[in-house]
Amino acid sequence: MNDVSLTAASSTRSYLDQLEAESIHIMRETVAECDKVVMLYSIGKDSSVLLHLAMKAFYPGKPPFPLLHVDTTWKFREMIEFRDRRAKELGVDLMVHINQDGVARGIGPISHGSELHTDVMKTQGLRQALDLHGFDAAIGGARRDEDKSRAKERIFSFRNSHHRWDPKRQRPEPWRLFNAHKRKGESIRVFPLSNWTELDVWLYIHRENIPVVPLYFAKPRPVVKRGETLVMVDDDRLPLEPGEVPRIKNVRFRTLGCYPLTGAIESTATSVEDIIHETLDSRFSERRDRVIDQDGSSSMERKKQEGYF
Amino acid sequence: MNIPVAPAALARDAVIYNHEAKSLLRFIACGSVDHGKSSLLGRLLFDAGLVLDDQIDALRKDTGQLTDPVETLDFSLLFDGLAAEREQKITIDLAYRFFATESRKFIVADAPGHEQYTRNMATGASTADLALILVNAQAGLTQQTRRHALIAATLGVRHLVVAVNKMDLVDYSQAAFAAIEADFRKFAGRLGDVSITFIPVSARKGDNVVTRSPHMGWYRGPTLLDKLETVDVTPRAANQAFRMAVQWVSRPTPDFRGYCGMIAGGEVRPGMEILVQPSGQRTRIASIVTANGELARAGVGQSVTLTLTDDVDVSRGDLIAEASAPAHVSDRLNARIFWMGQGTLAPGGRYHIKLGTASAAASIAGPMQLIDLAEDAQVKSVDRLMSNEFGTCRLELDRPLAADGYNQNRETGSFILIDAETHDTVAMGLIEVPVNASAATRNANAVTGAPTSRDLYKLFGINANHARSLAKTLSWRVMGSVVTFLVALLVTGNTAIASSIVVAEIVIKIAFYYFHERLWLLAPWGRS
Repeated sequence: MNDVSLTAASSTRSYLDQLEAESIHIMRETVAECDKVVMLYSIGKDSSVLLHLAMKAFYPGKPPFPLLHVDTTWKFREMIEFRDRRAKELGVDLMVHINQDGVARGIGPISHGSELHTDVMKTQGLRQALDLHGFDAAIGGARRDEDKSRAKERIFSFRNSHHRWDPKRQRPEPWRLFNAHKRKGESIRVFPLSNWTELDVWLYIHRENIPVVPLYFAKPRPVVKRGETLVMVDDDRLPLEPGEVPRIKNVRFRTLGCYPLTGAIESTATSVEDIIHETLDSRFSERRDRVIDQDGSSSMERKKQEGYF
Repeated sequence: MNIPVAPAALARDAVIYNHEAKSLLRFIACGSVDHGKSSLLGRLLFDAGLVLDDQIDALRKDTGQLTDPVETLDFSLLFDGLAAEREQKITIDLAYRFFATESRKFIVADAPGHEQYTRNMATGASTADLALILVNAQAGLTQQTRRHALIAATLGVRHLVVAVNKMDLVDYSQAAFAAIEADFRKFAGRLGDVSITFIPVSARKGDNVVTRSPHMGWYRGPTLLDKLETVDVTPRAANQAFRMAVQWVSRPTPDFRGYCGMIAGGEVRPGMEILVQPSGQRTRIASIVTANGELARAGVGQSVTLTLTDDVDVSRGDLIAEASAPAHVSDRLNARIFWMGQGTLAPGGRYHIKLGTASAAASIAGPMQLIDLAEDAQVKSVDRLMSNEFGTCRLELDRPLAADGYNQNRETGSFILIDAETHDTVAMGLIEVPVNASAATRNANAVTGAPTSRDLYKLFGINANHARSLAKTLSWRVMGSVVTFLVALLVTGNTAIASSIVVAEIVIKIAFYYFHERLWLLAPWGRS
């Protein structure tokens, strides 16, 4: 890591150095131009990179904003343990929000389906938390390579007072000049990882030695096969169908969300190096393993317009 | 992503190291409607082995080509992201795409061709090192081709790659290709200092995209991917003077005060003498702080935190510049403007300006000129700019800011204008040589013809001549009052009356002399 920084002054800096510097620039602009900033922390690899970049951006100080996790109550247990441990280790301020209205109604991915569960527990939960604390800017780890509609989203992306995204009314972002002026009631989603890809994220995790949730590494885990998806039996809330028996398979996750909605892949990758090689050889993009992204080609665009992150 | 390499020959760690050490090329892809831009980009990714199987499945669903051979799919649909775009089969908004080979990562700004989306193209070009310009071999150069080339060159894109597409439809004819190249070179003199490469391709068949075409033995140049992988990506600002706009002041403890920013030009080292602009305070760099430890030097594009040897007043919006080559400081800017607002841009208009990390209020002053991109950048005098037009004007700011010419430095020579009511970004600005502030004051009359409200403001503004004028006023007043007293005493013979006259005269004339002196400063007449 130190070798990299010492050679970095030459004009041919590596692309990871450039992505890192750009992301740090974006975070600093956000805190300088906005009143009340929060970082959305979803515990996954992108959030781990985002948090690492925030620590670097404000060094020797701490990031001048809290982290917010919108907990759907269906996250993997290892994610929650990792979340609490990292916040403590880094000494950052972590807020957890659960949509209590959704809990009272008993909303869950199994009883109500992925779409309603995601809408109530994630989309509505996020809106509640942002409104409750009056945050005017939320930094998130979304990447443009994740989905076709994200490819057109700006780095400073505006939401109206109902948290809706209007793709037709986006501001141009020439050079590195971001316009953070808000109309009444608007808030901003800021995406410092816009120009990163899944491979970039793993290479950076490798280079910087960033801790990630152990679920990304292959190990024998109990899973059931539902259609083409391998679902991990993380706790006893997953109802088993008649005759269905969890099988122990060597699996890992490329992407992490609510456990019943996140497919595992069979893998032998037990280190970051293994994951990079697996990613280089993969013939499939990571979103394939997410149940919620498969409701048609425009599903992400529609969810975003409704206020999904 | 799957990269066509032979990893068996390499150690696994070497593969990872090579990927981490890759370089980055930002390029913009532009071309007229129907010249096949999206198809070419799609083909580039497909032939480089970078289109994944689930993306191909989604493509089959979108196109209805469920059983067609994979290489005949409509790859243009990989890029049209918004539902409206897929329905209309056109690109509306700027999209960013990413791909990587074993030697380089690419960030592609995919810009729509229509004239009404010029702002998207200008935005994409503002950060690009290279512009890929599509020309249809059957149709030849169009007005839009020239527009795109002009916009790219104006925004400082150094490399143009003209891909002459649909060569399969002109029987891979060398003559057709040569005619387009000759046609383009005829007007290329207007583009200034850019390198231009012409490549004959077929997006539909894959000729010269990633693999060399078997049909065009007469072409000896690089394939498109070869060109993209080998073009020089050293930032132009690397050889310019050191610049860093202060983004954020870091004060985690009472004894640490650091200035955060991204280096916009040159290189910085501890001990370097710098100016804080626009205030002009002079001090030295104490250290370059990063989370990876202190650095011995840092260069363009690095995000760092600087500490200074003296306790000077620095805040967000200030520019830290090399003392031996500082930026211009002025409250007037001559600029080229891409007007992107809904209405018109006209003299008298007032906006917020964001220049680097600095903000100010700006008003538009004449004279205004249109640079007609549809007529090879002919310049015409106009009284306003319409939406999507490009022109020049002068901006007057409510405070001086530090800036460079855009040709010297893209970061410190550019700005955006923000509408005060809608808060939209309504213009992109490229600074010509900034007007020096003190020279502007001296020559105000010569430049603008008559004193303006700006000049009257200058009369009372802070500058070096202000104190001198006051001193001269007082010394002249003392002498004048003695003379007045003596004359009044001689005429009236009454000391009391003479004294009253002097008191009244002192009060009135001090004020009048001061105005008189400052008004003379506006007149260049009789001065060398």
